[in-house]
Amino acid sequence: MLKKNRKISVAESIREGLIMSMKKDKNVILIGLGVDDPKGIFGTTKKIDKIFLKKKRVFDFPTAENTMTGIAIGSALSGVRPVIVHQRVEFSLLSLEQIINQAAKWYFMSGGKKSVPLVIRLIIGRGWGQGPQHSQSLETLFAHIPGLKVVCISNPKNAKGILISSIEDKNPVIIFEHRWLHEVKDFVPKKYYKTKLGKAEIIKKGKHITLISSSYMTMECLRCAEILKKYSIQVEIVDLQSLRPLDIKTIMKSVRKTKKTLVVDNGGMMYGISSEIISKIHENLNPREKSKFLIKRIGLSDNPIPSTRSLAKYCYPTYDDLVDKVNKMLKTKLKIKNKLLTKNIATDQPNLNFTGPF
Amino acid sequence: MKIKKKNKIKLYYEMLRIREIEKTIAEKYNEWEMRCPVHLSIGQEAVAVGVCQNLKKNDEIVTAHRCHAHYLAKGGSLKSMISELYGKETGCAKGLGGSMHLIDLRAGVSAAVPIVGSTIPIGTGIAWANKIKKSGKIVAIFFGDGATEEGVFFESLDFAALHRLPVLFVCENNEYSVYSHISKRQSKKRNITSISESLGVKSLKLNGNSIEEVFLKSKDIINKMRKDSKPYLIELKTFRAVEHCGPNNDDNLNYRTKNYLNYWEQKCPISNYEKFLKRNKLLSNYQLLKIKENIKKQISSAFDFAKKSKFPKKKLLKKYIYA
Repeated sequence: MLKKNRKISVAESIREGLIMSMKKDKNVILIGLGVDDPKGIFGTTKKIDKIFLKKKRVFDFPTAENTMTGIAIGSALSGVRPVIVHQRVEFSLLSLEQIINQAAKWYFMSGGKKSVPLVIRLIIGRGWGQGPQHSQSLETLFAHIPGLKVVCISNPKNAKGILISSIEDKNPVIIFEHRWLHEVKDFVPKKYYKTKLGKAEIIKKGKHITLISSSYMTMECLRCAEILKKYSIQVEIVDLQSLRPLDIKTIMKSVRKTKKTLVVDNGGMMYGISSEIISKIHENLNPREKSKFLIKRIGLSDNPIPSTRSLAKYCYPTYDDLVDKVNKMLKTKLKIKNKLLTKNIATDQPNLNFTGPF
Repeated sequence: MKIKKKNKIKLYYEMLRIREIEKTIAEKYNEWEMRCPVHLSIGQEAVAVGVCQNLKKNDEIVTAHRCHAHYLAKGGSLKSMISELYGKETGCAKGLGGSMHLIDLRAGVSAAVPIVGSTIPIGTGIAWANKIKKSGKIVAIFFGDGATEEGVFFESLDFAALHRLPVLFVCENNEYSVYSHISKRQSKKRNITSISESLGVKSLKLNGNSIEEVFLKSKDIINKMRKDSKPYLIELKTFRAVEHCGPNNDDNLNYRTKNYLNYWEQKCPISNYEKFLKRNKLLSNYQLLKIKENIKKQISSAFDFAKKSKFPKKKLLKKYIYA
């Protein structure tokens, strides 16, 4: 089995998934501003246009996000399988009309006559002074809308699987990729495989506490688990993978098992993903058993993300913060030093020292 | 180019049919059983019929909130449309869409949506797919003068010109966005066809109330499109005879001047064409009677069908969230 795997990055895994999907289905096309430029969307689409030379399949596009999305919807209605890429989440805000009013509701408002098989990849920025309009985690905007599927890549393996499943899906799927995950490497099977949409995965088993997370924050959870392991605290991690539909079954299984749950939000907490998960957990617990459960959350601070690293570092919870929070929840009183902030490790670049396997 | 007698009668029949259907909707609207907004096409029938008579069955159209005429002119099922207005399970969108979401894939009515301008990129996308797949189909996108103020209008024309898409942009200019006259929304110097030309899309201004002009000029353009696979735009001046939304005339509100109304009342595409056909002995009173009888029958059977149909069951709510 291992022979067929090799360590590749999330970006390479996405690229591989795209190429395989395009080879499998000639209707799959790739569109977005800069998809065929020399850098190829952080390497995820690099030189794919050169692979498909016979018939044009990769289209650079005018800077007209709403129209671009409408055109993709129209083409999807006529048998094309478009994959749109935006280099930052924020550009998709210009296309919310088409996504929310049109793509999400098309199957419903046509009385089931047509659905829109459309994939939109959104990249969440972070660090290096990205600032207020290049660093937002807006998953919750999309996850609010019936008819959309909203998924989050969190590692190299599910990157390819989620991408392939999304392209095969008959519905509009919004994929969130975190810029800080693109360079993360791990073993990825060479074959064409799918990661089921709508399914969360327990990526680490443990009995003391459950961490529920998605996207890049899952990486911080893994780091937190690594540290706590040294102190004999076994952390269970539920990686959501899919925000809509939400796999409440897997969540509840883990919540019931450890009875202590920390929801780690990849974005802001007000009306956020963590709000929804905690509500769902409460709705699913029997009132008489509720007192046995401890449920907390942590997420980004409630303000726009500033450019300067001196302030941006206060906005994101790190694994240190998770360790502290778990420490408090378990009342373990462990004295673990806050390494990240005291040792002056750069807070505005991804920490690639932690290499997995995840 | 000449129009055969048979085709002239057909043009007249199609317009009259739409008018009579719309009038019946207006009549029955006060029964409060069609409980969804209706944007009647009364006064604008010539545009829909003149363009759609040149389209093949598998050519596609997309349209907007004022979509009844386009849907009917393209051959959309009358029964399904009326049932949709009544919110019944036999409606073209099973009652889930309403009058602003008419769809009939068999007739090539691919979509209608009420967000102004939103079907312009979607129709452009359908045309793009047709080009990629070499289907040879033409797409016509119907929209109003208000939609030309939306960004998607400019962006879609740019894309259509860039990729040479076989798409016909049909701008029905009735000068009003609800109560807002075009002079309050667009500079006097603004010119829709010039904008289109500057974006690389050939365009033409037409009299939207002259059925023969619309028919012949769009025939000419559509024939060209089938050969050269290029986008075109036509802007047709026309007149919305009733209120923006609803069954009534609201000119008691004085938002349109007497002069304006007098001018356009002389320009009714249907009564003028009827006079023309009679004057030239192309349509006898007897023929007209037969046509009207036929239309009446279709309408009453469609309304009976809709009224007798059932409302959808509750489970339909969750049935079409995901395909």
